Amino acid sequence: MSSTVIPSGELGQQAEESNYLNVKHTIASWLLTGDHKRIALLYLVSTSFFFFLGSIAAGLIRYELTSPAGVVLESETYNKVFSSHGILMVFTFLVVAIPAIFGNFLVPLMIGARDLAFPRLNLASWYMYMTGGTLILAGMIFGGVDTGWTFYTPYSSMYSNGQVTMVIIGIFIAGFSTITTGINFVVTIHKMRAPGMTWFRLPLFIWAMYATSLMMILATPVVAITLLLVVYERTFKLPVFSPELGGDPVLFQHLFWFYSHPAVYIMILPAFAIVSELIANFSRKRIFGYHFVAFSSLAIAGLGFLVWGHHMFVSSQSMYESIVFSLISYLVAVPSAIKIFNWMATMYKGNIRLQSPMIYAIAFLMIFTVGGLTGLFLGAAGTDIHLTATYFVVAHFHYVMVGGTMLAFLGGLHYWWPKITGRMFSDGIAKVNAVIVFVGFNLTFFPQFIVGWLGMPRRYHYYYFAPEFQAYHIMSTLGATVLGLGFILPAFYLTMSLFTGPKAGPNPWGAHGLEWETSSPPPTSNFTETPIVMDEVYDFDPVSDHAKDLKDIEERNRRRSEEGYCGSEDDN
Amino acid sequence: MSFFNFPLAPPQASNIAQAYDPVFYALVALSVFFTVIVCAGVILFAIRYKAGTKADRSRPMYENLPLELTWTIIPLLLGLVMFYFGTALFVKIKTPPKNCEQIFVIGKQWMWHIQHSNGVRENNTLHVPVGKPVKLTMISQDVLHAFYIPAFRVQMGVVPGRYTELWFTATQAGEYHLFCNMYCGTQHSEMGGKVVAMDPKDYAEWLSNGGQSVAPMSMEQAGAKIYAKVHCDNCHGAEDTLHAPSLYGIYNKRRIFADGTSLLADDEYLRDSIIRPYDHITAGYGETMPVYQGQLTEEDVLNLVAYIKVLGTPIATTPTSIVNRHSAPTAVSPTNESSALAANAVQANTPDPDATPTRRVGSPAVGAVAAEGRNR
Repeated sequence: MSSTVIPSGELGQQAEESNYLNVKHTIASWLLTGDHKRIALLYLVSTSFFFFLGSIAAGLIRYELTSPAGVVLESETYNKVFSSHGILMVFTFLVVAIPAIFGNFLVPLMIGARDLAFPRLNLASWYMYMTGGTLILAGMIFGGVDTGWTFYTPYSSMYSNGQVTMVIIGIFIAGFSTITTGINFVVTIHKMRAPGMTWFRLPLFIWAMYATSLMMILATPVVAITLLLVVYERTFKLPVFSPELGGDPVLFQHLFWFYSHPAVYIMILPAFAIVSELIANFSRKRIFGYHFVAFSSLAIAGLGFLVWGHHMFVSSQSMYESIVFSLISYLVAVPSAIKIFNWMATMYKGNIRLQSPMIYAIAFLMIFTVGGLTGLFLGAAGTDIHLTATYFVVAHFHYVMVGGTMLAFLGGLHYWWPKITGRMFSDGIAKVNAVIVFVGFNLTFFPQFIVGWLGMPRRYHYYYFAPEFQAYHIMSTLGATVLGLGFILPAFYLTMSLFTGPKAGPNPWGAHGLEWETSSPPPTSNFTETPIVMDEVYDFDPVSDHAKDLKDIEERNRRRSEEGYCGSEDDN
Repeated sequence: MSFFNFPLAPPQASNIAQAYDPVFYALVALSVFFTVIVCAGVILFAIRYKAGTKADRSRPMYENLPLELTWTIIPLLLGLVMFYFGTALFVKIKTPPKNCEQIFVIGKQWMWHIQHSNGVRENNTLHVPVGKPVKLTMISQDVLHAFYIPAFRVQMGVVPGRYTELWFTATQAGEYHLFCNMYCGTQHSEMGGKVVAMDPKDYAEWLSNGGQSVAPMSMEQAGAKIYAKVHCDNCHGAEDTLHAPSLYGIYNKRRIFADGTSLLADDEYLRDSIIRPYDHITAGYGETMPVYQGQLTEEDVLNLVAYIKVLGTPIATTPTSIVNRHSAPTAVSPTNESSALAANAVQANTPDPDATPTRRVGSPAVGAVAAEGRNR
C-alpha cells in the first residue's frame, strides 16, 4: 500500500525506541490508557485468564467422564463445572476475544487511523468486561451456578439454588462491553479510514469485523433483557417464563437463541476475518472473490438472525415454524461454503509460505469444513430430532468454536505477535505446536460425534447404564490432554520470545497491509504521518513474488540483513 | 454395528429409525465427500504452490463469476435436496397415525412416570408393543425435560404447562436406553431407564396382568409351585405313607415325635420342619427327608408354609389358578435367587396348552400396586 510512511533504516530504529509499549511504564499508564493497542493487551491478558479457568473446567469434565460412574466429583459439582466451562468460554472468552484483542489492535492500524473513534469508551468497555467477569467469577466461587450456559427456564428462574442472579448480572454488564466495542468499530470503520482507503480496499478482516459489530449491537441487548427477566422472575416472581406463575418457558428459548445464534456468528466471523488475512498474505495472492467473501460476511450476519429456531426443533414450537427455520439454516450454510471455496481458490496458483500462521489457517479450513458440514445434520429438522442435545451437538459446536475460532485465534496470535510485541518467536516450534493442536483437537472431538450418534446426552455426569460409551470418552480425554499441551506451549514460547526473540522489524512475514507499514511495535499514534492508500488490497504478484513497490523491496532487504530469522523461506 | 469395543451405530428398533438412518447416512456421505474435497484441495495446493516450487503461476485469477456461481449453486441445490429429505422425515416424525396406542408420560425431577391407558403405571421403564404405533402424550410437573429413545431416533421436549407428543412403532423386541435429554438439575444424568419393546401378545398379557409378566400370584399359588418344584409330593401325599406323613390338614395339629415330645404344628414348626427336619422326627418315621436349609429362601418357605396350610382344601386343588403357563423365565419374582429353577418347574408343570388362565382385565392397577409392594 502507500509507502509514504515507512520508516527505513536508521529512522526505523529510532521509531522503535518510542513505541506504544515503552512510552510509559506506570501501572496507571496501562489502566487509564486510551490507546487501542494497550487496551487490546489488557484484553489479551484478561481473556487469557478466563480462558485458562474455562480450560480447567473442561479438563475436569473430561477427567470425570473417563469412568461411567464418575471419578472425583459429585453430580451437583459436575453440573456447576460444566456450567462454569460454558459460561466462561462463551461469555468471557469466545464472544470477546478476537474482536476485543485483534479487532481493537488492528482495526485502526488496518484502516490507517490513529485510534478507535471513542478511546475512552473503549477503555470503559474493558472495565465493564472486567466488572462482569469478576461478578461471574464471584458467583462461581460463592455457590456456583448449575444451569448450564443456556439458563433455560423455569430451572434457572424457579428451581436452581445457585448464584444465578449474580452470574446473570455479570453477563449483563459484560454484554455492554460487547455493545460499546461494536459501536466503536462501526463508527471507526465508517469515519476514520485513511485517504484512499475505499470500502473495497479494506482488508477482509475489517469487513468481517464490521459484520460482527453489527451483530453485537443488534443481538446483545436482547440477551441482556432476557437474562434480566430471568433475574426478575427469580427475585420478584415476575411472571414471564414459569408456567407456575403463568409464564411460558419456551418464550425464554426464543429470546435466548435470538441472541445466541447470532452470537455463534459473533464468535466465528472474527475467525473468518483472521483466516482471510492469513490465507491471502501467506499465499502472496490477492484473495479470490474479494467481493463474495466480503458480502458473504454480511449475508451471514443478516441470515444469522433468522435461524434461531433450529435450536428448538424438540422444544414444542410448531412444526411449520421448525420447517421454515430449517430452510433458512440451510441457506445460511451457503455463504460459509462460498468462503471456504474462495480461500481454496486463493491458494491455487499462490506462492505459499508454510509458516506457522498459515499452518493454523490450513488446519482451520479442514476443521471448520467438518464443523460446518455436521451442522447440516442439525439444521435438518428430521435428523436433528435424534441428535439434538447429544454429544453430536457438543462435537459440532466445538469443531466450530474451538477448531474454528480457537485455531484462528492462535493463527492470528502468531501472525500479529511480532507486530504487537516487536519480537519474533521460533517458527519451528510454532509449526510443531499447530500440528499438536490439530491432532489433539480431532482426537478430542471426533469421538464425540460417534458417541453422540449412539445417543450419549450432553450434560450427563454418569453413564453407568450405558457403558458402551466409555471407549469414546477415554479417547476424547486423551485427545484433550494433547490439546491442552497445544494451548500451554504457546504461552511459553511466545513469552520466551519477549526476552530472547530477535527483533521482528516492521514486516517480518512479507505481508501486505497498512499494519505492516508502521514499525513493530507501532508508535502510540500508529503512524508517523497519515498514510495515503494508493494500491489495492492484498496487492501481491505471485508470479514474480516481487512487490510492485520498490520500497517494499528495500524494506525486505533491510529486514534480511537484520535477522533473516523468520524470512528464511523468502530466500527460495 | 461395532468395531471391537467401539459401537458404530445405535440399534435400529423403530419405524422412525428405519426412515431416519438413510437420511443420516446420506448426510454422512455428503459430508465425507466435501471434507475430502476441501482437505485434499488444501493440502494439494499447499504442496504444489509452496514457495519455491516450479509450479505454473501464470495468469492468476482473482474474480470469476461463473466459478463463484458454481460453488454457490451446487451447495445450495445439494442443501435443498437434503433439506427436503430432512423435512419429509421431520413431518413423518411429527405426524402420528390415527390408530395409536396411547400412553401418558409425566416428567419430574428426576423420574419418568408412565401411565398406560388401562391404568397400569410404571416408573422409568416404558413397555411398548412391537409393530403397533404408540403415541406418548407428555407433560412435565416442574422443569423442562426431554424424552429421548436413541434406538428409536425419537426425542421430544417435555414441558411444564403444555402437552407434547411423540410417536413411534417399535420394530424389534428388546430393551433400549431411555434418557432425559434436557438438563433438569442435579440428578439429570440418572433420570432415565429403559424402553422394553415386547411382542404384542406379551405386551397385552403384561398389560392385563397389571404390569407383570405373569398374573400376580397368591402366596398359596406361589407355595404350590415350590411344593411341586422341590417334589414334596413324592413322599408327602394325601395319606400317610411308609416314607412320610401326610401334610394334609396338618396345621395347628399336635405332632408326636419319635423321642416322645410333642409340639403344635404352627408356622414356626412348619418352617423348622422344612429347613431342619431332623430336629423333630415324627413318631414312626426315619431321617429320610432332605434338609432344605440354604436350599430355599425365606420367601419360598413363607409361600410353602402358606400352601401347606391349605393342602386338601378346594383352594389348593384348582389347577389353573396355581400355575400360569405363559410365564417367561423372568416371570417369578426376579429378585428371587431360585427364579431360574422356579421357571423350570413352571414349564415342567404346564404341558397342557389349553390350561390358559382366565385374564383379569378388571382392575389391574390394584394388582400392579400389590405386585409392586411384594417386590419391595
